[in-house]
Amino acid sequence: MFRYAIKMLFGDSAKFYGILLGLGFASLLIAQQASIFVGLMSRTFAFIGEVGHVDIWVFDPTQSYVDEPKPLRETAIDRVRGVTGVAWAAPLYKGLLVATLPDGKRQICNVIGIDDDTLAAGPAEIVAGSLADLRQPDAVMVQVASSQQNMMFPAELAPGAMPAPGQRIDPKGPKRPVQIGDIIELNEHRAHVVGLVKCAETFTPGPTVYTVYSRALTYAPPARRVMSEILVKATDGTDPVELCARIREQTGYEALVPWDYSTRTLGYWMRETGIPINFGIAIALGFFVGVAIAGQMFYNFTLDNLRYFGAFKAMGASTGTLLGMVALQALVAGVLGLGLGLGAVSAFGLNASGGKLAFKMLWQIPLIAAGAVLIICILASVVSMWKVVRLDPADVFKGA
Amino acid sequence: MNAPTTMTSLSSASPANTAIRLRAVEKTFGKGESAVRALRGVDFDVPAGELTMLVGPSGCGKTTLISILAGLLSRDTGECIVLGHDLSAMRRDQLSAWRRDNVGFIFQQFNLVPQLTVAENVSVPLVLKGESVAASVKRANELLETLGLEGRGKSSPLKLSGGQQQRVAIARALIHEPRLLVCDEPTSALDAELGRRVMKLIRDRSHQLDRAVVVVTHDDRIFSLADTIAHMDDGLIRRVDRVQAAAVSAGGHGPLHNPDSNQT
Repeated sequence: MFRYAIKMLFGDSAKFYGILLGLGFASLLIAQQASIFVGLMSRTFAFIGEVGHVDIWVFDPTQSYVDEPKPLRETAIDRVRGVTGVAWAAPLYKGLLVATLPDGKRQICNVIGIDDDTLAAGPAEIVAGSLADLRQPDAVMVQVASSQQNMMFPAELAPGAMPAPGQRIDPKGPKRPVQIGDIIELNEHRAHVVGLVKCAETFTPGPTVYTVYSRALTYAPPARRVMSEILVKATDGTDPVELCARIREQTGYEALVPWDYSTRTLGYWMRETGIPINFGIAIALGFFVGVAIAGQMFYNFTLDNLRYFGAFKAMGASTGTLLGMVALQALVAGVLGLGLGLGAVSAFGLNASGGKLAFKMLWQIPLIAAGAVLIICILASVVSMWKVVRLDPADVFKGA
Repeated sequence: MNAPTTMTSLSSASPANTAIRLRAVEKTFGKGESAVRALRGVDFDVPAGELTMLVGPSGCGKTTLISILAGLLSRDTGECIVLGHDLSAMRRDQLSAWRRDNVGFIFQQFNLVPQLTVAENVSVPLVLKGESVAASVKRANELLETLGLEGRGKSSPLKLSGGQQQRVAIARALIHEPRLLVCDEPTSALDAELGRRVMKLIRDRSHQLDRAVVVVTHDDRIFSLADTIAHMDDGLIRRVDRVQAAAVSAGGHGPLHNPDSNQT
């Protein structure tokens, strides 16, 4: 009878597609919003994950997340280097600065200043140039993905060229992406593009610009404290977590392994912003839309077929068999609807990858969507099953 | 239809030949002032191999009676022996299994599932008994052929005429060779000629296969095809008329006047 249950489901095409659309839309909304949420939240700590070969991050104890640097004294790095178990410690500058492009356009940039000697915490992927080029005068490396969208140069200017005196650059004229040789101003200091890099999109706006720590300080506004964080490598055989405790105890600064720092950053955004609530509302909306549309459609489908279920019951079908038929119909509709929704989300994700839109579909998200669709199917079928259980086979003689 | 005849006096079927035996069966729906006594102590026998028609005005208890004798509804009091089983002593799941194995139904609205093919509709009772779909559909197609519906097995029931749909419903009721066939207004949707042909088909089957058939009908155009007509009114069987001899000898199904009744 289960084969016939499937044929009954597929045979009522109007309702079947309605159920499918309802479930598909619900899983689409749930999985898509969850993926965007995860993608967005991942950006909050993306920079931490991108800095490789570092065991510990040291920063001000009152600092809540990675993009909120509370600068340390210059002497802090020496105190950290004095802790037993520290192989090396490197300063890091991280701040938002204004870049001025040759056409006069101003652009917020996320400037990272890495250790002059070790060049530790450099960009994850260099597209053009080499990291050692940062040691050249005024050298910076600019993020490619964002720069193609945000840091655009007038097409009429060759790399390295500046407008001639009296030359007027049309701000709305044709543009080209940043190239090696281009010159920008960072806080009214000359910066020469020596490389192009790819790095993870972060939560802060604008392209990321890498330079060495000492030069970053010249770009940054004058202040007594400018060191954002200290990056630490533990000596071989030293447990990073234990070393964190020692650094905290001996310096008074906060010290966390990258995972814990990412968790702290994520926790701040989760607690202190309305982002989880907003996405939670969207996800809940998807769930309730699924319940409302698919549930109603499925219930109507069962109601339409109630006379046939009644006939089957009269002919000797057990209640268990009929419930199995309804459950199978709900399950098949759920699986197909889930596939439809997840397929659409995947297509959306493929289309969105590499763009501005934050999108990250973890393997848990399809499982969560599947769980939600399963609950929708259970809710939808339970009401239908109740009708089937209550169905009096004698009703078939009443034209039911 | 003049002289009322009691069921007792007409119980010509020997106990061994009796398919249905109801005694003092009562059924009341609801409670208190709103209670409706649908059956008020019905005595009713149906022999195997005969077609019995149950007639009477709307609300007289016909539907309740066939629901009880088909194991779809439980009686309040009385004896209800059908095909040798005391239905009142059976649990719900046992009744389901008993109906599945022993009872064929023809519904007024046919109740053919539009999403299934004709052959699949017919195969349902066999599938419910655990037969494979393939074997059941094959058997259904063979049966459809004998009912003049060859080549229609893969059609949708919606593409058939009313008469063809009724024959499909008959095929579905007969495919598992039930010992009892219960029909509810089987000719209500058919014209006179088609109604008679369908009824004759059912009657011939019951005679050939020694099956008991109970038909609820208002259609007096088919009364002459009955072996027995039971008249119900106000929850009781008031009179039973023998229309034809329930001859069991092969070919002996000519219309015979029943000497126990004034009406043929």
